[in-house]
Amino acid sequence: MSAVATTLSSHRGRAAAPRATLDAAWVRWTLTGIALVFLTFFLLLPLAAVFTEALRKGLGAYFAAFREPDALAAIRLTLLTAAITVPLNVVFGVAAAWAIAKFRFPGKSILTTLIDLPFAVSPVISGLIYVLVFGRHGWFGPWLIDHNYRIIFAVPGIVLATTFVTSPFVARELIPLMQSQGNDAEYAAVTLGANGWQTFWRVTLPNIKWGLLYGVILCNARAMGEFGAVSVVSGHIRGETNTLPLHVEILYNEYNLVAAFAVASLLALLALVTLVLKTLVEWHAGNA
Amino acid sequence: MPRARRSVLPGFGLSLGFTLTYLGLIVLVPLSAAFARTAGMGLHAFLAVVTSPRVLAAYRLSFGASFAAALVNTFFGLVVAWVLARYQFPGKRIVDALVDLPFALPTAVAGIALTALYAPNGWIGRWLAPLGLQVAFTRLGVFVALTFIGLPFVVRTLQPVLLELEPEIEECSASLGASRWQTLIRVIMPELLPSLLTGFALAFARAVGEYGSVVFISGNMPMRTEIVPLLIITKLEQYDYQGATAMAVVMLIASFLLLLIINLLQKWSRRFQGI
Repeated sequence: MSAVATTLSSHRGRAAAPRATLDAAWVRWTLTGIALVFLTFFLLLPLAAVFTEALRKGLGAYFAAFREPDALAAIRLTLLTAAITVPLNVVFGVAAAWAIAKFRFPGKSILTTLIDLPFAVSPVISGLIYVLVFGRHGWFGPWLIDHNYRIIFAVPGIVLATTFVTSPFVARELIPLMQSQGNDAEYAAVTLGANGWQTFWRVTLPNIKWGLLYGVILCNARAMGEFGAVSVVSGHIRGETNTLPLHVEILYNEYNLVAAFAVASLLALLALVTLVLKTLVEWHAGNA
Repeated sequence: MPRARRSVLPGFGLSLGFTLTYLGLIVLVPLSAAFARTAGMGLHAFLAVVTSPRVLAAYRLSFGASFAAALVNTFFGLVVAWVLARYQFPGKRIVDALVDLPFALPTAVAGIALTALYAPNGWIGRWLAPLGLQVAFTRLGVFVALTFIGLPFVVRTLQPVLLELEPEIEECSASLGASRWQTLIRVIMPELLPSLLTGFALAFARAVGEYGSVVFISGNMPMRTEIVPLLIITKLEQYDYQGATAMAVVMLIASFLLLLIINLLQKWSRRFQGI
């Protein structure tokens, strides 16, 4: 129908009145111009600045930043944190989505809101609450000191704070997806004799794989890039409790700008890879 | 829960049990620690902390700059969402993907990048300096960082709504004699209003708690460019746990109220779209 209309109007040539839903050319150009200038200033220039500053003293200085033992330790800790946090939140997200999308129970909408809660909490406060529980003067502080366990200013605290901050990502991707898909496929599988795990692995998982992947990509990006929450619980011990974003801060505050931006460029690359993967998954999910 | 038991699908107890345990241990118990600690300090001490001049100045800056940034994002977000939903131009897919950059870029990286741009010798700062405008290490810098961080919220809230608007409504309005401008104001805008407000609230909520992108560009001067999350960290570093927690509880209550408002707005916009 609309194809016919477009063909007709193009046949009538330039003199034809524009379609009612089309803005005038000057409006289109002005709005597109405003949007692109705004995005250039707020997105493109910051991104370009990271790489320009990183390469200011040439490739040698750039790569030297990654040969530092402290930088390598920061990379390892960041990968370790993501390797623990992301799988935990995948299991949580799948369990939460299964309970919320497949069953009816009272308090469901409250539960959904509570799952989103960490998104509403300032990263700094996300770190602070773990200090209040596990820190020296916290609930379990004295007990932990007596038994020689360290959580705050150590790796477990970093993992916990990151888990808190990233916990909603997979769940909030899967819950609406599984709700919209309904239960019919699962009912069919169970009726045909599949047990719970078979139903999940063979029927549900293939249906939600793109949504799950999407959630994992976003969760991973945040887990590797989290700054505020980790900053509170890390204690900034070089080579031990510094993640990549914290390492950037330390180098920057020492006026070691080239190294700071070099390490930052690694995180910026991670962000760009995240955006590319995210776009690919969106296309796949749209075509599937 | 009799209705749940009647379902033929297995795993209700396991999945809900795991979800509640995980949520309790990771989210709810630690959050309750903040409220328990504040309840223990007494109302008088609590009020003394949160009404001290330095703390009030931080609240004013955090909420004021976040409000201004969310407002700017609402305007430009509407323009960007409109352009992406309605027009074709080369490179549109890349631009569309790039809108999410503030979600994906670690905040510390955004912070040092913006500082480099807006410092007096930076790419943008050097053009503003002759005009007497200093952005880095002033409140304007806080505003710029918060605008960056909130940018995707309005766009991503509006985009799906714009794509689902039926062109028939606009054609109808035009065929009844409305000008394009009248159609925009009287027909399209009312449909967009709930999503615009939702986007504004999301950007505002994110900005109020933001830390990483602000600390580098703000200069962190007490009473002038010190945001709430930074003051909380400062108090923690001085072992003033009570002060930090009291400030955090005010922020948490504000965040929960915002979350409530956002949920109501989303319900409203869903009813609006008749979904």
